[in-house]
Amino acid sequence: MGLLSSVFKKNASEEPQKPAAPAKAADVVKKVETTNKEVKPVVDKISLGYTHLSGCTGCTVALADNYAGLLTLLDRYVDLKYHLTLADVRHIQQVDVAFVEGSVCIQDKLAVEEIKETREKAAVVVALGGCACYGNITRFARGGQQNQPAHESYLPIGDLIKVDIYIPGCAPTPQLIRNVAVMAYLLLKGTKEQKELATKFLTPLMNMAAKGTSACFCELMTEVINQGLCMGCGSCAAACPVRAITMEFGKPNGERDLCIKCGACYSQCPRGFFNTDVVSEYEAINEAIMAALQ
Amino acid sequence: MGAELGKYKACVSARSTDKEILKGAQDGGIVTSLFAYALEEGIIDGAIVAGTYDDGDDNDMCGTPVPHHWRPKPVVATTKAELLAARGTKYNISPNVSLIKEATRSYGLDKIGIVGTPCQMQAVRKGQLYPFGWRDVGDKIALAVGIFCMENFPYQSILQLVEDHAAMKLESVKKMEIGKGKFWVYGKRGQVVQLPLKVTHKYEQPGCHVCMDYVANLADISTGSVGSPDGWSTIFVRSKIGDSVWAKAMAAGVFETQPIEKVKPGLELVSKLANEKITKNRNTLEARKTFGVGKALRNPYI
Repeated sequence: MGLLSSVFKKNASEEPQKPAAPAKAADVVKKVETTNKEVKPVVDKISLGYTHLSGCTGCTVALADNYAGLLTLLDRYVDLKYHLTLADVRHIQQVDVAFVEGSVCIQDKLAVEEIKETREKAAVVVALGGCACYGNITRFARGGQQNQPAHESYLPIGDLIKVDIYIPGCAPTPQLIRNVAVMAYLLLKGTKEQKELATKFLTPLMNMAAKGTSACFCELMTEVINQGLCMGCGSCAAACPVRAITMEFGKPNGERDLCIKCGACYSQCPRGFFNTDVVSEYEAINEAIMAALQ
Repeated sequence: MGAELGKYKACVSARSTDKEILKGAQDGGIVTSLFAYALEEGIIDGAIVAGTYDDGDDNDMCGTPVPHHWRPKPVVATTKAELLAARGTKYNISPNVSLIKEATRSYGLDKIGIVGTPCQMQAVRKGQLYPFGWRDVGDKIALAVGIFCMENFPYQSILQLVEDHAAMKLESVKKMEIGKGKFWVYGKRGQVVQLPLKVTHKYEQPGCHVCMDYVANLADISTGSVGSPDGWSTIFVRSKIGDSVWAKAMAAGVFETQPIEKVKPGLELVSKLANEKITKNRNTLEARKTFGVGKALRNPYI
């Protein structure tokens, strides 16, 4: 951790002085890789990529908001191969897991190429945040905007490629990103039991990815309330990042004009999905994740 | 007795030693006493509890006045007085979990206590493992107390049960209780009305009929009247947090206890009711599978 943080610090302090930053940064990253190999002769890390499309960098900030946890992740479990902001390497490479932030502007050829290339070169593609999963605010067309890029052309990545895992929310929480990263590591590198646990943990997120590319408060209505499942706990109201949901007489009331369609409410709902055997082990799983990041 | 009671480290029958708390408590005053003790000791900074609507605070979202007696409102209690004001079971929905993020934001709590039904404990634990929208909330949940629950009622149901079936004004009700196979309504003037549970079933919240948890398996400490004598509560100490808080509270003399094996009706009744709930609701889930013609109602459990 100390090593990486010093590299990051060095990188940050050097950037303003060096105009040829990209080449320099690539060197720094290479240096990190070689140093890591020296520390750990057997590289058992998973490789991670991060494709940044039409997103606001909020998802990146959420990832970085794991603070020391992120550095431990990068130190022990994950090799960050490319990332526009955190690694200053943006060309897409072969990786085990690719996170994608933002939706795809289909009038931007590069974005379309990048999302396709991400899919081709990654074993697992994770849609990170509301924009990548559901379009979120990038899909809003309210008028009064320039004609290009047109808002109708922002597609959730699932409309163009097959996505394996969703992490909805705007922004997604640092803790869920952390949990998914640790579970992805266990899935690819863990023992048989760890793989089973990781599979169980990730299954609901895979199901979300399989379900489709649209989400809003209305899912609480169609999938929970109309199905006779809501019991009025208030998870959705607590999850909503824009306070569009209030609880009226024990049921959620959604303010449609405020909803940004991030998918947090329905995902958070215990009657949206509830995997009893995983959640029942919350104590052990939380402890294991915290221990892994110590 | 097996899985129906969940995992637990200890089970006892207990009641508070605080006379003031017991005066308005539903049973043994467990939740109020636990939170009051935890507040005092700094284990929690505040607790989300089912408070009540003040007189001026009873409009619906359109501003129309609505009846508010016995209508719970989730509140963040940061003093013993606020905890005392929230004593007693309301028998209708209090979306306590809706405040869990707000408690860490507007209220600035670092250590949250929360009381809730088994489904609300499920929501809390899901939120700790899968925090889709609960940023920086999971590790601030310092004490989650679960209450036994067979089913819950919407506010409108309680209104009808009390005012139509029991023929009492909600505002004149001192206490409500479900026990000994009946729904009891106690009036402030001392009158008591009992309704057979058969009457209450159609007023239940449908969402409760797929719940597979009677005794709040995922709480740190869960409690309820069933299994213990009148005025006492049955306690399950479940998690490491629960264990530590319970041990400290016992050492501080917050509760008096009796071994659960020594009290009547005892754990057998808890187990029996838990199995009844689970069996009934498992059947509901089964029935939902073939509810339509080639179409099922959704099953939230995977």
